[in-house]
Amino acid sequence: MSRLPVADAELHAYVDGALTPARTVEVEAYLAEHPEDAGRVAAYRDQIVQLHREYDPALNEPLPRRLGISRNAGMRPYLRYAAGAILFALGMAVGWQLNSYSSERQAESSSWARRAAIAHVVYSPEVRHPVEVGADQEAHLVAWLSKRLGTQLKVPHLGELGYTLVGGRLLPGDRGPVAQFMYQDGKGQRLTLYVRVNPDASGETAFRFAQERGVGVFYWLDHKLGYALSGEVEKPDLLRVATAVYRQLNP
Amino acid sequence: MSDHESLVTQHIPRLRRYARALTGDRNAADDLVQDTLERALSRFHLWRAGSDLRAWLFTIMHNVYVNQTRSRMRHLVEALDEPSADALQAREPDWAELRDIDAALARLPAEQRAVLLLVGLEQFTYEEAARMLDIPLGTVMSRLSRGRERLRQFLAGDSGAATLKVVK
Repeated sequence: MSRLPVADAELHAYVDGALTPARTVEVEAYLAEHPEDAGRVAAYRDQIVQLHREYDPALNEPLPRRLGISRNAGMRPYLRYAAGAILFALGMAVGWQLNSYSSERQAESSSWARRAAIAHVVYSPEVRHPVEVGADQEAHLVAWLSKRLGTQLKVPHLGELGYTLVGGRLLPGDRGPVAQFMYQDGKGQRLTLYVRVNPDASGETAFRFAQERGVGVFYWLDHKLGYALSGEVEKPDLLRVATAVYRQLNP
Repeated sequence: MSDHESLVTQHIPRLRRYARALTGDRNAADDLVQDTLERALSRFHLWRAGSDLRAWLFTIMHNVYVNQTRSRMRHLVEALDEPSADALQAREPDWAELRDIDAALARLPAEQRAVLLLVGLEQFTYEEAARMLDIPLGTVMSRLSRGRERLRQFLAGDSGAATLKVVK
């Protein structure tokens, strides 16, 4: 039934989150019927997890004196929520030229993904007021945000992946209002989905990935709307959620 | 601390992580980071403001690493007669080591290791990795594919078995 075939390079692109959302869904269908390739994909994903487990501790080790221009760098993880949000907001543009050394189009797309990451960093640590309207009023939440964005929104349900909806809020974007939906898993790990209206309904893009200060963002354009899913989780886990979101929005 | 020092400083933890994985050795990794920082700061005027500083730093680190590896190999080859120099290239691991990611990584050819780490650990795109290593995109893909497949075999304890002698 598959209209494929799937090339070896595509299996790697799938692992690395470099396929278009539509192709990601097709590759998943292919893998469901090809256990041997599915086993390889699982092994490659596991390699990435093992690499992080083995080498991520190096990120937080105190720096030896000879790397001394960097006395403060070791503190950053602890300051992330406080200083991180401020630094983000001040637009320390370092490093967030994500996919490219620069081209205008990508600069435009990465700048809104960056706003999504900032919004994630600002609101996801909130204990008492993480959202404006809670999931208990979901219908009202969706109706309200749809009205403000001027287009019908859908809120994905991610219960199968262990994430429940906390609620949502309205935020200012660079081109008008945007919506943020927040999800949380059993351990309190939060993801946010940032939704904005695209300036032109220019079709679909691939998933793009960006990461800064521990926050990963998958973002993509889907005709009228742009989506950015942010979280402080491993890239393959975030990709799994992004794929599920895409699929629910494009049944 | 000058402005460009503080910009560069933010990237030190990621540079250290990559160097650790690349060299498999704590001290060698910090040496590599130090050399990279020195070179980056002395050439900071060559960085194009607004472009990706992290990518630029990783490119420098890669070049420093390649140069050092090259000169180290040359010294070794000069110091040794040929058969032992050959032996250096192929380190025979013992079985207990094989399933350890660090040891398995060390057995990959350096160019496959670099691609695997830039993409898998540092999460650069294929295009970024190609630019950093100054190789075509297709070469990135083939190194990634071969590297991951070999690593999978090592970690599964499937030695690529014909070549590995089991010593009783």
